[in-house]
This record gives sequence, C-alpha cells and structure tokens, in this order.
Amino acid sequence: MTQVRSTPPGREQSRPGGPRWWTARRRDHLAGFLFAAPQLAGTALFVLLPLGLMFWYSLHDWNVLAGGFTWTGGENYERLAQDPALPGVLRATAAFSIGLVALNLSLALVLAILLDQKLRGTVVFRTIFFSPVAVTLVAWTIVWRFLLQDDGGVNGLLSVVGAEGPNWLRGEATAMASVIVVQVLKNVGLNMVLFLAALQGVPRELYEASTIDGAGAWTRFRRITMPMISPTILLTSIITVVGSLQVFAQIDVLTSGGPGTSTTVLVYYLYQNAFQFHDFGYGATLSVLLFAIVLVLTVIQWQMRRKWVVHED
Amino acid sequence: MKHARILLAAAAAAPLALAACGGGGDEGPVTLRMTTWSASEDHLAMLNEIADAYLAEHDEVEAIEFDPLPFEGYTSTLTTQIAGDNAPDLAWILESAAPDFVTSGALVPLGETLAGTEGYEYDDLVPAATELWREGDELYAYPFSTSPFGVFVNEDLLAEAGQPTSAELIASGEWTWERVVEAGAAVHAATGTDGMVIRDFDYSGWDNLSTLWTGWGAQAWSEDGKECGFDDTEMAEALAFMHDAVFEQEAMPGPGTTADFFAGEAAFTVTQISRAGLLAEADFGWDLVPLPAGPAGEYSVIGQAGLGVLTVAPHPVEAADFLAYMTNPENSAKLAQYFPPPRESQLTAEVLGQANPLLTPEQLQTVVIDRIDAGVVKPGHTGQAQLDQAVRAALDPLWTPDADVAGVLADLCTAVDPLLAQ
Repeated sequence: MTQVRSTPPGREQSRPGGPRWWTARRRDHLAGFLFAAPQLAGTALFVLLPLGLMFWYSLHDWNVLAGGFTWTGGENYERLAQDPALPGVLRATAAFSIGLVALNLSLALVLAILLDQKLRGTVVFRTIFFSPVAVTLVAWTIVWRFLLQDDGGVNGLLSVVGAEGPNWLRGEATAMASVIVVQVLKNVGLNMVLFLAALQGVPRELYEASTIDGAGAWTRFRRITMPMISPTILLTSIITVVGSLQVFAQIDVLTSGGPGTSTTVLVYYLYQNAFQFHDFGYGATLSVLLFAIVLVLTVIQWQMRRKWVVHED
Repeated sequence: MKHARILLAAAAAAPLALAACGGGGDEGPVTLRMTTWSASEDHLAMLNEIADAYLAEHDEVEAIEFDPLPFEGYTSTLTTQIAGDNAPDLAWILESAAPDFVTSGALVPLGETLAGTEGYEYDDLVPAATELWREGDELYAYPFSTSPFGVFVNEDLLAEAGQPTSAELIASGEWTWERVVEAGAAVHAATGTDGMVIRDFDYSGWDNLSTLWTGWGAQAWSEDGKECGFDDTEMAEALAFMHDAVFEQEAMPGPGTTADFFAGEAAFTVTQISRAGLLAEADFGWDLVPLPAGPAGEYSVIGQAGLGVLTVAPHPVEAADFLAYMTNPENSAKLAQYFPPPRESQLTAEVLGQANPLLTPEQLQTVVIDRIDAGVVKPGHTGQAQLDQAVRAALDPLWTPDADVAGVLADLCTAVDPLLAQ
C-alpha cells in the first residue's frame, strides 16, 4: 500500500519544481521590514501609543489622587467648548505664535542676507548669532529672567542712556513681548543658518544676468532671491509655527502665565490643568485641541506651498 | 514541528510571564519608599537613622528609601508618579495641598494605627496642629513640622537708619505693622537696602500674605470655605496698607525686585524659624521676634508639613506601621532637631533649643511655643492649585502704583467664587 502524505496548505512551494515561497522579493521585503523595525517600534511606542492614550484619557475623568478613572464620554469636550478661560488662552497663543513667527523669520532672513556678504568678520557674527541655539533653553531663559527684572540688566543699560525701562515681566504687553523676544533670540540662529544655506545655493549667474538687464537690489531680491529660497521659507515657517505652539519652558520660567493670564498659552494651560490641578482627563482634551490646531496649520501651510513655492506643482 | 510551535509560543509569552513576575513578589520582605522635598544631607541622615532602627526590629521590611523631589513642583511630581502607577508608600505633603489630599481619599486613615501603637501617646498631639490634616474625627496625615512665622530683624540696618531695635519697639508696645513699615521705609531711605520682605511671596505666592492680613482679622475665605473673603473690609484695608507700603512708602520691595534678608539686603523678613540656619555666618546683628500686631491685635500664623500614607501605595499597611514608629515620642524628639513637633510635651524651649542653637530660649518661647496653639494655618482649600492660580492672576493688577484696590479685590472674588462653590 502506498502511503499518501498530505501537505499542509502553503507548503507546496517547498517542493522542487513548485512555486517557491521564499522568493528574492519576499526576502527583500523582510529585510526592509527588519531595517525599518526599530524605527517603527519606536514610533509606535513613543508616538502612536501616547497619541492613542491621549484620545482615550480625554474621554475619562481621571482622579489621580483617589485613583479613580471613570468613562465620561464627551463631557470633557463639552467642558472645552464652554471653558470661559479658553478664549483668552487661544488669544495669548495666537499673539505669541504670530509675533514669534513674524519676528523670527524676518530677523533670520535679514541676518542671513547681511551675513551672506563677502566681508571680513561675517564668520564671527554667524557664530555669535548661532551660539544661543546650542545653549540649554532653561539656562538661557533663567538668565533673561534676571536681566528683565525691574532692577535687572536691561533696565540698568537703559538707565545708562537716560531712559527708564518698564517692569518688563509685570506688564501684560511687555511680558508677552519679552517672552517672544527671548525665544526669538534663542532660536533665530537656526533659521538664519538655513536661510544662509539657501541663499548660497542661488546661482550667481541669475544675479549677474538680472544686473545686466538693469534690475535693482529690491527687484533682484523679489524676483530671484525670494522664489529661489521659497522651499526653505516653507520649511522654516512650518518648523517655527509648530515650535511656537509648543512653547512651555520660557513661559514657566519667565512669567508662569502672568501677569494675570496674559501669557497663559495653550501648552501652559494644558500643563496647569493636568499637572497642577490634577485634572488629567481635561488636560488630555486640551492636548487633543493642540494636536488638531498643529495638524490643521501644517496642512494649510503644506497646501499653500503650491501657490508660492517655486517648482511645486 | 510541534516543538517549534511550542518554542514560538513560549518565546511570545516570555515577556508577559516576565511582566507578571515583576508585578508580584509581595510575599517576601517589602521595600518602602518615601518622598520628601528636602535633599538636605542632615535631614536624610536623621531619617535614615530612624529607618535603620526600624529595619533592625522588623523583618517584614527589608529597606526604606527616601526619595527627595525638588520643592518646586513637588506636588505635581508626586501626582505624576501616582498617575504613572509609581506611587511612593509615604509622602511629605505641603499644607497648601492638604485639603486636596485629605478629602479626596488619597491618604490612608491613621488614627487607629497611631492610637493602637504602644507608647505612642496619641493624645499628646496638639489639636490646633492636627486640624488641617483631619476630616471629621479621622487623622489622615501627621503634621511633622508645625512652625509659626516670625520676623527676623537686621538690627545693624535699623541702627544705621536711626531706628530703635526690635526689642525696644516690643518693650514700648510699638511692635505693630505700621511702625515696622515706618522703620522699613526709613531704612530704605537711609541705606538703599529694602525694608520688609515677606519671604516666598515674590508677587506670586500670595498665601504668604496671610502673615500680614491676619493682623487685620482678614481671611481668604470663610471658615466653611464657601465665601470669598478678599472683598471684606478687613482684607481691603490690609492690602491697601501693603500697597501703600510698597508703592508710596517704598518700605517693601516692588514687583520684579529681589531682596534677600539673609544676605543683608533687607531690614525685616517674615519667615519660619527653620530659616535661622541661613544666619550661621551672618555678618550683621539680628534678632527673631513674633509677627507685629495689626489693627486686630496680636496673632500668629502657622506653616505646616504633613506625612501621610498613600491609598494607592504598594505597601500601605507596612507604611502606616513605619509612620507610627517614625513619629513616636522618641523619634519625634529626633525630628524636632529640624521640624517643630506637634506634640505638647515636646514643645519646650529645651527640646527646640537643641535643634536651633542659633536661637535663644526666649526667642523660641515667644515665637514658636507661645504661638502654636493660637496660630492660624495658612490658607488651604480643596482645589487649592486652581485657587492659587486664580487668586494669583486676579491679584496681579493690584501690584501697580495706581491700582484700584477695592476694584481688584471685587474682581478677584468674582473670579474665585465659582471655585469656592465647587
């Protein structure tokens, strides 16, 4: 009697002459997955999981002290819609972001253009403007807190020239302006270097040709420089907008959200609710709002690139 | 094939099995963890000494770890640890956080354990000291530090400005806020240094102002915590007095100005006696005296710190037993080296003097011992962190030279009323 040996489904390919399962294509796929696996695992663990948990927590009332974790559905979102403090927080966030982005990008571009000249000493200035980027954020901010006190270094300097400076961190307008300027001085060097690299990538022939055609400095800047560096402007604006919405340490160290609530931006308000008021559920809901704002702004910027970034279609 | 599947399944299940092992293991001796906000080597050495003696007698506990957290953000760090399923067994608790911890069920009731511990002398605890840490008749934390606020005085600066010493002012019955501000203004005018500094206020930690407004009979909210007290006449008068002292008389440093009494930069500072250590190498003559009298007469304000066992602690039973040991009469006397104890029998100049060699028995008697029973504890309320933030924000407009004091305080009450009603 001949014994017939059954083969489990999917094993046929192991037989000689049949279709091979372990093909070169599959081997390449596996290798690809293996190479990407550490990064995927990291993203899943440190990005996707916290993101999922953030949504999950926002649907609960989490009493940390008593150990209670109760499903509340959309209650936190209803509270968000009715939160009387939220309009003020969003106004402060918008004021900070608009001020920071406008000042940072324009100053970075001006510095980059000035330091793109072939003059002696530009390397020294590049180093000076870039060095704050390498300084620890909190150390930088603490030093500025001392400088901006009523009897601090800034007002001391002003008094030398006969001017009386305000109490920078105690007035609502000056406090917000101070936080913006401190943050701009900290990070403008990074955007400056990116702009500088972009400027140096603009072919010189374009300038030479336009000069021969009679174009002035402003026309050259508007018609050649701006279009040629527009991809970098897009990149820096996305980075700066997202960064501006995530400001925390500067607010915490310089103003703690005050005076009043004039510098209480969304991240700081989120921190207060979650970690000071022990209301993690509502804190997570505010995180969802922040996530949505960043996402929408980034998508808008990305879509707008078709209109004003050269070579994008 | 079968073996391969089993091996695969085993490999897949291994992490789960390991995780399960990690979560268990409560059968053997346990390790207790206690968070503090002091990283002082002296404090930790004393705590470790008490812990070592406990471990020698208790086989069920194999180690006790003290985990100092930064004072700034202490409560936030503690609650984050609790939220992260990494709660300590025991924790120091700030007085401002006491109502939240005591009423939320976050702490294990201690009364039965303490009263049932042999030789504990539970009735020796001063009622005024334990009031903040009780709900109903139950005690939820042990107030290991009960320290009245006093005034440190730089006598050299007073002399330089031609002002009498604090002892002379007390003897002549002039030790009042009005006279202190007058002397502070004189010091500022004569020397350029600051007059009076309410330490840790810094135009943010407003609860420290209770060391001033209690002298007017004012309070932040009513006894039941339901009604805002900031728009009461007494509070308006007290804060108008302070506003005047800051902006008109310049007897107190204004917002954004820093002055450290212990570096010789101010004539007076209101703080607790535990700061006396900062004067060990002071190169100026100083004294420690009680708070000045206000229009409502003499008064005192107490700052406290509690020690509790967390409900979500890994080992609450062992932790409560250690707490009882740590705060028994013998160990309480050791703790008194650094923290004024809540025990009637140990509130003597002799016990406190061992801990505070820089202070005279008279200073300890008048500033600490005589004041604990009558002391008003700094303001605390459930939802204190939210109230802290709301009051701080609403008080900010007060700290400008042309502020409308009554208007600011009315707005403040409008802002905090919903929080008090919760």
